[in-house]
Amino acid sequence: MSISAIQPVPFGRRLKRFMADRPLIPLIILLVMLVVILQVLRPGIVNERWLANTVKFAIPLAILAGCQTMTMLTGGIDLSVGTVATMSAFIMATQVVNHDPAVAILIALVPAVLIGLVNGIGVGVFRVHPLIMTLGTSLIGTGCLQVYQRTVIASGAKIPPFLAWLGTGLTYGVPNALLLFVPIAVLIVFTLNRTGFGRLLYAVGDNEGAARLSGVRYWQVITALYVISSVLAGITGLLYIGLIKAPSLSLAEPLVLPSVAAAVIGGTSIFGGRGGYTGTIIGALILTVLTTLLTILQMPEGARRILFGLIVLFVTAAYLRIIEDR
Amino acid sequence: MTRLVRRQGWVAGLLVLFVVLLVITRLIQPGYGSGDFGSLVRAVLPYAFAVAAQTIVVIAGGIDLSVGAMMALTSVTAASMMDGASEEYALFVVPFVLAMGLVLGAVNGMLIVVTRVPDIVVTLATLFVLQGAALLVLGAPGGAVAEWLRATIIGTVPIPGLPGISAWIPKALVLLVVCLCIIWIPLKRSKLGLSIYAIGSSELAAFRSGVPVARTKIIAYALSGLFGAMGGLALTMSTGIGAPIPGPYLLASVAAVVLGGVALGGGKGGLLGPIVAVFVLRLVRTDLTLLAIDPNVTAIIEGAIMVAVVMFGAFITMRGRQ
Repeated sequence: MSISAIQPVPFGRRLKRFMADRPLIPLIILLVMLVVILQVLRPGIVNERWLANTVKFAIPLAILAGCQTMTMLTGGIDLSVGTVATMSAFIMATQVVNHDPAVAILIALVPAVLIGLVNGIGVGVFRVHPLIMTLGTSLIGTGCLQVYQRTVIASGAKIPPFLAWLGTGLTYGVPNALLLFVPIAVLIVFTLNRTGFGRLLYAVGDNEGAARLSGVRYWQVITALYVISSVLAGITGLLYIGLIKAPSLSLAEPLVLPSVAAAVIGGTSIFGGRGGYTGTIIGALILTVLTTLLTILQMPEGARRILFGLIVLFVTAAYLRIIEDR
Repeated sequence: MTRLVRRQGWVAGLLVLFVVLLVITRLIQPGYGSGDFGSLVRAVLPYAFAVAAQTIVVIAGGIDLSVGAMMALTSVTAASMMDGASEEYALFVVPFVLAMGLVLGAVNGMLIVVTRVPDIVVTLATLFVLQGAALLVLGAPGGAVAEWLRATIIGTVPIPGLPGISAWIPKALVLLVVCLCIIWIPLKRSKLGLSIYAIGSSELAAFRSGVPVARTKIIAYALSGLFGAMGGLALTMSTGIGAPIPGPYLLASVAAVVLGGVALGGGKGGLLGPIVAVFVLRLVRTDLTLLAIDPNVTAIIEGAIMVAVVMFGAFITMRGRQ
């Protein structure tokens, strides 16, 4: 069917169909709209520095949302990312006092791998619901971290200069964090679209029974997935501490629920089998710009949360309408 | 009889576990008596209502992430309304807050039905909204509560002639049982209750059998909101104030629901299991405190117990299916 079909299709329908075929376009339009609103409310705010700042704060959220995207493709969810990121950041910051930064980072990523492994085995082998499994491991992780904090309270904490450089630095006005983010994003998109592992994730999420019958080793796929997700979360923690520069026991916790929201806004189905990472990145950008917008409006904290919730709900609903109406 | 045991096996196991834990508590702390049991029940009260709220939604095939925020909002509303008001005014506040919970819960359900966005995302959004509203009502912990409301959960129910037994029946326990039974038993025996199990089991099959799926779902969420409001009131009653930032009720409610044998997919389980499970979880915490274990280690042990029990349960169901 070409556009010049004999039956003229009304413009509205055509526009809707166009957007349904390219789900990224309505998201980009929304993002641009938010930026325009920001510029109208506070003329002159949208400049190079603001752009760099927005990107800097969107990147940790986008990587965590990548963890959610991949797990959601299989019909799961990973709520332990916040704890894992906090753990790796805190452990790195305290270990670096006595060790070489490279060693400290390696030590910091060990709990991430462990938690991912436990998550993967619980979900893949014992078939525990991912929500429960990851909530449980994050509870255990937080407890361990609190006990650990007691043992290092005397040694203090510091942030290695190159992590601060990576987290906050700019080179020719471009955030250095992109050095880390671009390869990760390319890798995730490539894995999901072009490799066997990516296909398996979609297959498992779409129809687990069928995937199993076609010879997919379910538990191996799931275990690998949750380990990857945890390691990504750990790396995010290292990046985030370079950005925030204040190690605390609830560092990345506020990012967990927004990371789920970013993946959902980006068009990944929470029931599995549908979605992709590019939408998620734009979802993370939208949420970051939205937060700036709500901060600039100088509303009380309560009203800001209300608006945030309402907008997330509205965007998700509208977006589902657009892509489901084929 | 065997069928009853098999059907209620999980709940029976939990009850045995609870009794064993009580015995262990007695061994650790020989002085553990009725007074301590009363304070355990008072501590459990808000958790139990949160668990009830979660249970009904999970049975209907959903999940409610906004339970904690709902409790926070209803708690601060009640506390700020009763602040400086007369004792009789509370008679009006309680039904008002309960109605508020019912309506807000119904709004949750309607949003899910109308927008067709998955439950977990809608309730995530309402979590932010309710939390924001709670912060607007009361910026910092504060407010007050009527004395007679506080009195309803403190002390024991006197049974004439049996002082030994009556010491072990705290008023809070009676309040909990009454509130849960008033709603749960008629519901379980009605067509509506069956419909809730039906849509949780298979929404499509329920729809094709003529169950009004949308309406049932909205009612399930409304009842969850009502339980949430009870939880908020219980919170205000036991602390005497309202706090806009909710405690760990969401996590605890999901954990207890799963421990209580309610399948997260929906359509299976009852209310008794999760309620017993929440008692077990709280008693474990009490025991760990009595053993003078670092509260942070307690968090690790609680998480490990939760994960281990759920894995064990999943393992059993897998073995049963083969």
